[in-house]
Amino acid sequence: MSLDGAPPETRTLVRVEDVRMHFRVGSPLSAALSGQNTVVKAVDGVDFMLSRGESVGILGESGCGKTTMGRLLLKLLAPSHGRVSFEETDLQALNGPALRRFRARAQLIFQNPFEALNPRFTIRRSMAEPLENARIPRAAREARIARAMELVRLPEPQQFLDRYPHQLSGGQLQRVVMARALVLEPDFVVADEPVSMLDVSVRAGVLNVFREVRAQLGLTAIYISHDLALVRYVCERTIVMYLGRIVEDGPTEAIVNNPLHPYTRALVAAVPTPHPDQPHDPLPVGRGAPDARNPPSGCRFRDRCPKAHERCALEDPAPKQIDGRRVFCHLFA
Amino acid sequence: MGEALLSVRDLQIAYRVSEGEVRAVDGTSFDVPAGTITGLVGESGCGKTTVARALTRVMPGNARIAGGSARFAGRDLMALPEAEMNRLRWRDIAFIPQSAMNSLDPVYRVESQLNEVLIQRGGMTRRQARARAEELFDMVGIEARRLRDYPHQFSGGMRQRVAIALALALEPKLVIADEPVTALDVIVQRQILDQLLELQRRLGISVILVTHDISVVAYVCDRVVVMYAGQVAEAGDMRRVLTRPEHPYTMGLTNAFPDLQGAIGILTPIEGAPPNLLNPPSGCRFAPRCPFSGAMCQHRPPDVRAPEPGHAVSCHRAGEAPALRAAAARIETWAAMA
Amino acid sequence: MPSDATLAAPADRNLLGRIFRSLHLPLGDPFALVGLAIYALFILVAIFADQIATHDPTEILYTPDYDLAADRSPGADGFILGTTSLGRDIFSQLVYGSRSALLIGMTAAFMVALIGTVVGLVAGYFGGLVDTVLMRMADIAFGIPFLPFVIVLAAFLEPSIWNVVLAMALVLWRDTGRVIRSQVLSLRTRAYVEAARVCGSSDLKIVFRHIAPNILPLSFLYGSIAIGWAILTEASISFLGFGDPETISWGYMLQDAYASQALSTRAFYWFVPPGLCIILVVVAGFFISRGYEEILFPKLKE
Repeated sequence: MSLDGAPPETRTLVRVEDVRMHFRVGSPLSAALSGQNTVVKAVDGVDFMLSRGESVGILGESGCGKTTMGRLLLKLLAPSHGRVSFEETDLQALNGPALRRFRARAQLIFQNPFEALNPRFTIRRSMAEPLENARIPRAAREARIARAMELVRLPEPQQFLDRYPHQLSGGQLQRVVMARALVLEPDFVVADEPVSMLDVSVRAGVLNVFREVRAQLGLTAIYISHDLALVRYVCERTIVMYLGRIVEDGPTEAIVNNPLHPYTRALVAAVPTPHPDQPHDPLPVGRGAPDARNPPSGCRFRDRCPKAHERCALEDPAPKQIDGRRVFCHLFA
Repeated sequence: MGEALLSVRDLQIAYRVSEGEVRAVDGTSFDVPAGTITGLVGESGCGKTTVARALTRVMPGNARIAGGSARFAGRDLMALPEAEMNRLRWRDIAFIPQSAMNSLDPVYRVESQLNEVLIQRGGMTRRQARARAEELFDMVGIEARRLRDYPHQFSGGMRQRVAIALALALEPKLVIADEPVTALDVIVQRQILDQLLELQRRLGISVILVTHDISVVAYVCDRVVVMYAGQVAEAGDMRRVLTRPEHPYTMGLTNAFPDLQGAIGILTPIEGAPPNLLNPPSGCRFAPRCPFSGAMCQHRPPDVRAPEPGHAVSCHRAGEAPALRAAAARIETWAAMA
Repeated sequence: MPSDATLAAPADRNLLGRIFRSLHLPLGDPFALVGLAIYALFILVAIFADQIATHDPTEILYTPDYDLAADRSPGADGFILGTTSLGRDIFSQLVYGSRSALLIGMTAAFMVALIGTVVGLVAGYFGGLVDTVLMRMADIAFGIPFLPFVIVLAAFLEPSIWNVVLAMALVLWRDTGRVIRSQVLSLRTRAYVEAARVCGSSDLKIVFRHIAPNILPLSFLYGSIAIGWAILTEASISFLGFGDPETISWGYMLQDAYASQALSTRAFYWFVPPGLCIILVVVAGFFISRGYEEILFPKLKE
């Protein structure tokens, strides 16, 4: 059932059109004194579409706008410009019962499982909250909770349900957080770095559950991460972001094996490998860090790009289609 | 490989908590040869940070050294009076924290913080300190004019470079770095590691690098100490340990990492969680999560074996390592523990 | 708060137990326990004032031979604490005074905590224009000189203890509101609050379920501070002569004693007991607030 009650027709589930999210930081006075911008353009003109059942990684460094993008997709933030639509309905127009239906279908898996559950609530109470909100009768809730717990491979849910979050390990908590996101059987899930707070020994378990559940429920998924190796493990398509803009968007394997945009190349070269003796290429990137308050004109990456030329400062690069990929770089004009 | 610069033997560190005493480090032994980078790797709560902190003797108030020694250049750091320890800090042993923001005072210029170390600790004159500060900034790749800046004016990566410069100020013999790149993005992380590696080679210092990330170890370390639940599971030459691990925990760790190279495969998680150190298991501490544990493992703590000089493994079944390695590569082996 | 949780655990099942538990009483702190004991004592005295008092506190008393029973020393003629120079029983005044003191203290504290909590929750959670308006109102309240405002308001409406309470509520909510707002601002950004939003919980549900329980101890802290403030304020106002002439309060007793020159006649039995009572109740309030502080900021203990 779609948000307005009509049957879904298109293959496109989510559409993002020229979305911008500008945050005002600090007062105009302090900005004038320090010579800094008061506006941070966390997301600055992003377009993409998600097909049903697709799993897409949003990859980028801190401050690239990936987390903001995730919040925009779920109407946790309202864009300053542009629109995000879900089944061709503008999220901005949603409220009341339609918003509640959307909330039941689009979920978020949090980065920090230690904070995503109310510490005063038992796991059962936290798990029941989405069911209450979706007006699922009390009698049916327990079975729904048990099913979701099974889905994330937390067998024998009874042994967890009456405990409090601090009594569970990180890996168990993240599975509970996933189970809570899945308890209403959504179609769309945004996972915001779901394993970055977990110990390596339990990360693999959570990632495997994510892969299985996605396949089993046919979820459309966004996986936000700074780690290309993780994105490669769970996503067929990757969108690489830099300072609020997309720089490259295409099949993950193509991006890993043959990155085109100079920033993607640097990212791929920088990803460490657990194998000793693996040759490491020197990094094709200049020093310095992206500054979200004062981004350069034209191409946002040009001040660190080894291949930057005059045009990069003058014009924003337009997307170029190169074998199934979109690349935003003047090198491919 | 030279003689050991630092030799930790049977170190025990305990934290007093409301429920009793936690042996966060419980009988840890390892060597740091001169002129090498030694990785101290393990998951949170394994005691790696506690060891690192104990070596600088800067510990929280509820921690105490409950036993063991750490011989550094002929002296036991654990038994040294505080005044002497204070003399060693910065000059012989320096520390790089995870977040340099915590070690830099926000109200002073970076320069005056460097000066404090150079003048107070190093006995330099103001002029010498100025020259040395510029040299240090040059070494870590920051323009000398930025000495006049305040810590908040630097990005995370730059701040970490400042922390490295600060640590290297008095040419210490040993630098202890606690997760120095964990909070940084991959590109900056790689740049900082390159910088650290280059300086370590050039100055011939020894580094203890505390990290949870096997790929950081694979990238920079010569030796690795794998810790689990307050004890050393396996220690030895980095290449040897990562390519032919003898301890099931090390095997598990090396298979739990996604990788950009090769086919996508299936990652194998280590099911379960580390034991509660208030009440550690009586046998091998990894036994409850180990797919290869037998009756012996449940009851008796394993002895430390040395399959070859310089390699230490703490496992009852270390002799069967090649067969275990083959089994550990299969996800079914670990899934059976779930 | 491990200690109060365990103490209250057996009462968990019934409503009374739940109310008791939701007060988050700081039973772990010895000072707070002393404070609570003092309160318990005064509350009992206030409730059973009719039984405890030996005389009508406003009645002018005479001896059996129709002499005015004025300025009797404690113990004389059965007057436990003696009588005033107008022949009223001091002990009975003291007993009834605890009634008005607690009534003023509790209602003022309740009003202050309630207004401050609601303002803090609304301003902190919703932000924007609502926040701006409420916080500018708090700024104005901060600018009002407290005692003169209470005096003027009480005099303007009519000198009654309820107007004193009203005046205090109108001014003292500012501290509570500010502090709770800043707490809500930080709670609002917690991941579990966002998690509640994602799973479809309404603002009202989020505020009541996820945010309010975390700030209740803070409301109680400010409430328990306000009790002391309120009693002191009432005493000051009564002492200055702007109090409710119909109500016997400790402040009124002090004023009466002062005006009758009890100080120069060395009638300590007249003004020391009410003064002591004021000090006891106010100190008890601060002891309890100390206990709440330790619940809220355990690090202060170190």
